[in-house]
Amino acid sequence: MKKLLTTIAVLAALVATGAAREVMVKGSDTMLNLVQNLAEAFSSTNPDVTVSVTGGGSGVGISAVVNKQTDIGDASRAIASKEISGARANGVNPVEYAIAIDGVCIIVNASNTVEKLTIEQLGQIYQGKIANWNSVGGPNKKVSLYGRQPSSGTFVYVRDEAVKAEYAASMRQMNGNAQIVEGVRADEGAIGYVGVGYAREAGIKVLDLSKDGTKFYSPLDKEAVDSGKYPLARPLFQYTNGKAKGDARTFIEFELGPDGQKIVSDQGFYPLTQGYQDRNNANLH
Amino acid sequence: MAGTGRPRFRSRKLTDKAAGAVFRASSLLSAVVLLGILLFLLLYGVRTFREVPILRFLFGTVWNPDAYGEPAYGLIPLVLGSLLSTAIALIIAVPLGIASAILISERLKGWVRVATKTLVELFAGFPSVVLGFFGLVVLAPFIAHTFHVPSGLNLLNAGVLLGFMSLPTIISVSDDALRVVPHSYREAAYALGATPWTTAFRIVLPAARSGILAAVMLGFGRAVGETMAVMMVAGNAAIIPHSLFDPIRTITSTIAIELGESAFGSAHYYSLFALGCVLFIIALGTNLVAESLIKREKRSFTL
Repeated sequence: MKKLLTTIAVLAALVATGAAREVMVKGSDTMLNLVQNLAEAFSSTNPDVTVSVTGGGSGVGISAVVNKQTDIGDASRAIASKEISGARANGVNPVEYAIAIDGVCIIVNASNTVEKLTIEQLGQIYQGKIANWNSVGGPNKKVSLYGRQPSSGTFVYVRDEAVKAEYAASMRQMNGNAQIVEGVRADEGAIGYVGVGYAREAGIKVLDLSKDGTKFYSPLDKEAVDSGKYPLARPLFQYTNGKAKGDARTFIEFELGPDGQKIVSDQGFYPLTQGYQDRNNANLH
Repeated sequence: MAGTGRPRFRSRKLTDKAAGAVFRASSLLSAVVLLGILLFLLLYGVRTFREVPILRFLFGTVWNPDAYGEPAYGLIPLVLGSLLSTAIALIIAVPLGIASAILISERLKGWVRVATKTLVELFAGFPSVVLGFFGLVVLAPFIAHTFHVPSGLNLLNAGVLLGFMSLPTIISVSDDALRVVPHSYREAAYALGATPWTTAFRIVLPAARSGILAAVMLGFGRAVGETMAVMMVAGNAAIIPHSLFDPIRTITSTIAIELGESAFGSAHYYSLFALGCVLFIIALGTNLVAESLIKREKRSFTL
């Protein structure tokens, strides 16, 4: 009996201490691999803190912050004004940190002869108005559209920045970047969009994009993404309720520091520029 | 003798009463929980219609709550997605399932029969996400190559996968139904010179009709309620499909995909509960139909 009680007490103590030092991170699927790697590195230097990272999409991450269900919400798009007012109504004050820079890559099957598109053409393709690759200088092949599900920040970002209208209803909605890559690799007429951390794969090709049709830039070109010349360059965000505190704060500071930013480049994304670092510092202090 | 017998009898009676009370309480509890869930679903679902006209929900042909412009809450593409994929699943699983059940119950003997049945039941507990993965990496490229279509993530893939998933249920329940057909039926058929196969198809199968119908209904329930596997292979575009090779979006996947990101208390949030109600009504409807069919069957069968 005594032995049993001791065991229970020890277990309870273990559970209690485990629960006390946990940072929950939830949201963007584009950032999932990246933040998981950051969390692993962080835990190896802070062994008593567990950082658990789950996906679901940026919408899920932001709504988890708004509903106070997570410490940190990942989002590959900025929080919408509607979401901010929802947060305020719930007594939540979302604070934003950029942790990496991403260039959304427009990918096609490796056999496609198309090399570049203007933003306008891209929009027409995703609206379903351009339905054959020969309208943009490619082979006579039907376009098949791959995109993300609506909870994805990339879904919203590409729609608002490039398509500027509804996506064609026939767009296949995939559950993650890797699934889009799989789909595009297997489908000769495919077009898809993924974060730059997922684009360096065999069997697919990354297109150059242009805002106005004069100069085309690749998202694999760090300078073009950093300077914003690449049309679909965006920061990847994390949100907390109020200025980050405690273990969540230590984790975010690690991500923004040199070790964290090195992991960002290792994962294929781009480290933060000084402008974003200054903004982050203002939001941390 | 009587002195020791009476108290024992009394204590037995007491245990009996206690057991009765426990069973009554637990069945009452499950009934209350079920009713509670239903009530919750209805109360939340109904709030959709404060913002969305009910006719536009029931007969709308566009589902796009996260729209760039005006959000749309049309049920038709989702209901079609669910019903068409389930129909394909049943077209595949019902003949295959009944045939397998006949083989297992009428033809296999001894340990082969036990092993086969155990294997089938094992398959019923297969995690759906693993099947979904199979659909994604094996079935999808196979369909794309075989039919020369751009992508294998479509209605056909979802239907075939759902067929796989409802097959074990149909086989297992049909087998049970066939096994309870009295042996005298088979012996009477043999006595008249029928071959074992003729006996199975002409005598045993018709005698087990109502049980097999129940098996099909359970298979239907499994297919229409499945979420994960379909979500992975259906392409999830909420359109009205025009061919087997168009993507579809089912009711269940829509709830799973969109619940996490919809703002609490918004029309979008409540509309997902309304979708839950629709799913419930579909399940209830098929169960009622099956029940009445089985009842009619039983009446005609008791000669």
